[in-house]
Amino acid sequence: MQHGKYRFIVGFLALPLGLYALFVVWPFIQSIYYSFTDWTGLSPEFKMVGFDNYSRMLDDDIFWKSLQHSLLFALLLPVVTIGLALFFAFMINVGGRKRKNGPVITGVRGSSFYKIVYFFPQVLSIAIVALLFAFAYNPDSGALNSLLRGIGLDDVQPLWLGDPDLALWAVMAVLVWSTVGFFVVLFSAGMASIPAEMYEAALLDGANRVTTFFRVTLPLLWDTVQSGWVYMGILALGAESFAVVQIMTTGPGGPDYSTTVMVLYVYQKAFRDGQAAYATTIGVALLVVTLAFAAVVMRLGRRERLEY
Amino acid sequence: MGSTSAENHGTEGVGRRDLIKRSAALGLISVPTMSFLSACASSGGDDSGDKAKAGKKTAKNPLAVNDTAGMEFVLFDGGFGKEYAEDAVKIYEKNFPKASVKFSATQKIQSTLQPRFNQGTPPDLIDNSGAEQMDMGVLVGKNQLTDLTPLLDAPSYDDPAKKVRDTLRPGIVEMGQFDGEKVWILYYAYTVYGVWYSQKALDSLDEQYPETWDQMLAVCAKAKKKGMAGWTYAGKYPYYLPFSLYPMIGKVGGREVLDAIDNLEPNAWKHPAVKACFDAYYELYKKGYVLKGTPGLDHIQSQTAWAEGKALFIPNGSWVENESANVIPEDFNLAVSAPTGLDSSDKMPFGTIWASGGEPFIVPAKAKNAAGGMEQLRIMLSEASSKNFTGKVKSLTAYNGGTDGIALTPGLKSGVAALDKAGENVVNPRMQDWYVQLQKEKIGVSGLGEMMAGRVTPAEAIKKIQAFADETAKDDSIKHYKHQ
Repeated sequence: MQHGKYRFIVGFLALPLGLYALFVVWPFIQSIYYSFTDWTGLSPEFKMVGFDNYSRMLDDDIFWKSLQHSLLFALLLPVVTIGLALFFAFMINVGGRKRKNGPVITGVRGSSFYKIVYFFPQVLSIAIVALLFAFAYNPDSGALNSLLRGIGLDDVQPLWLGDPDLALWAVMAVLVWSTVGFFVVLFSAGMASIPAEMYEAALLDGANRVTTFFRVTLPLLWDTVQSGWVYMGILALGAESFAVVQIMTTGPGGPDYSTTVMVLYVYQKAFRDGQAAYATTIGVALLVVTLAFAAVVMRLGRRERLEY
Repeated sequence: MGSTSAENHGTEGVGRRDLIKRSAALGLISVPTMSFLSACASSGGDDSGDKAKAGKKTAKNPLAVNDTAGMEFVLFDGGFGKEYAEDAVKIYEKNFPKASVKFSATQKIQSTLQPRFNQGTPPDLIDNSGAEQMDMGVLVGKNQLTDLTPLLDAPSYDDPAKKVRDTLRPGIVEMGQFDGEKVWILYYAYTVYGVWYSQKALDSLDEQYPETWDQMLAVCAKAKKKGMAGWTYAGKYPYYLPFSLYPMIGKVGGREVLDAIDNLEPNAWKHPAVKACFDAYYELYKKGYVLKGTPGLDHIQSQTAWAEGKALFIPNGSWVENESANVIPEDFNLAVSAPTGLDSSDKMPFGTIWASGGEPFIVPAKAKNAAGGMEQLRIMLSEASSKNFTGKVKSLTAYNGGTDGIALTPGLKSGVAALDKAGENVVNPRMQDWYVQLQKEKIGVSGLGEMMAGRVTPAEAIKKIQAFADETAKDDSIKHYKHQ
């Protein structure tokens, strides 16, 4: 019987694990292998060059800039996005004033409407979002500067994406705007499963909204927040940040390398400069950063799980 | 290589959007994906040379094409469409009725053809263009292309007394060379770069196009009084600035200065002509003649602002007429001029302009019927085919002439006039073909872009650019080229 059970389990796991090995693990190994070659990506010929690509990477100023920006993305974006999303979700689900004949625990007025509004950017593809904001940031006729002119601030006409001091923040704002809705919905679902009695008890004890949030909501939502954190960090390191930087920024990656990120640099080296081997080397560095990020978040976030 | 040709610009938006789709595969996953590609690429490659036997060389068939051999032609299906090539194929079929011709058009040049190169069975003629262009340096370096010298030395289609070589516009042959006499590429389309403006707007200021920088500043001052900026440019892609800045450097300091820059010679950028031209452009910023907010505009946005009359001049290429067709007003009277120089002490006369080829055609070394591929090109370089192209897609071809008797759009007409005025004084900086990263993000974005936004001075910009150029010259992961 025991024997049969394992065969049963293996039968189910073999196919997915095989696919995983073939399409995820094997390519990882291959790309690490290619990072030790001088492959151009355009011809089948290449030779081993040892650690040349790695020593070149360590001397590459653009690489360090892109690493710096990617790390900033990975650290800052989750904090802002998840902070905002928690606040919104709390107000939508719990933070409302008590209304006559209504339930004790409720969201602010019009919360179901807000929920849809916040989620809306999520249904737009990131490419469209980036294009829309590229128009909004247009210093000549874009929405932002027109608004500033409209309220009489004719002298305050920033260049937005054209200003090396502002460009990176402008890009980050777009990522926050486009992803916050997803986390609002995620956390709303989490909050909905917290029993109302807990809130009622807190209310009876005289807790205000802030205390309720930090003492009741957040601890009970911790697991969700933690996975959201990792997810957001990976978004910020990967595809989403590539899309906005590639579509919106000067160059792309500029002005003066102020917005370049690691994924963009991988792309440029592989598909523009015909240096696929060097691109895989940066890809390996990105892998290390991503793994380190996930490990740190998981470790720092470890807490006792609360049963309810 | 090349954002030189019109169709690249036409598809730029689409390309960028396509990238996003691919971006899912990027980051950690793209790298492995590429490995898979290479795993495929590494296979194949046998050398079964069943080439077509040479045919009989006659006056009508100077390349000795075997009239029964098949011929395969793969075209990039971009902004120029495929009709012009289909028409040329029909002529080939008429001339060689016994040959079977296989014609196809695709946007995916690299994915369609790279495996065939590796298997040793490429087609006989390829328009290697678009976002999926195969790297020419690698193709040449790995001996994958046929030398087109026999074609250039063959009698031209229209006039047996004239070689094909002598019917081409200046710079075309040189652009096809890499490091030696052999010509690997024939660029079929011809792009004119320069300063683009509305003749109507200039007339309303009661001005002529300025020939010296003092006149330029005077025109800009006059425009400013009327609430119009003198200049705008693709601020997010400042590598559009060289379209007028490089030929100006050539005009002021002579061709050698541009060649030295292309050759990555030490201190090439420290030449006084470079400094003088940088200072001149910087003055436009200093005096407030550049449209406010320009550093935050992309190419489409800047062209739109310019077409709306917010700015007078824009550095651009001849594709702008097509690309901005929907925003350029009916009575705009689009015109192009060679860049304004400094003064009468410039080394080259006013009219010195940048023009170069686009749409690179190649004949693979392992083509079964290379003579057929070249013959097809010879047909396309006839006056009738060239006219057909110009009439259909509003662009000039490598054939010198071919504009008589067809209705030209204002921009095209002005481009032809500018080329006539230039005569032999056509310069052809190669930076954007040879060193894409250096040209675009280093010289363009980090150097010129920062200078025109007023964040660095011309002297600092030159120092920065010289350092970038030295870095590129030293980088042995990049293939280096030299002017012949």
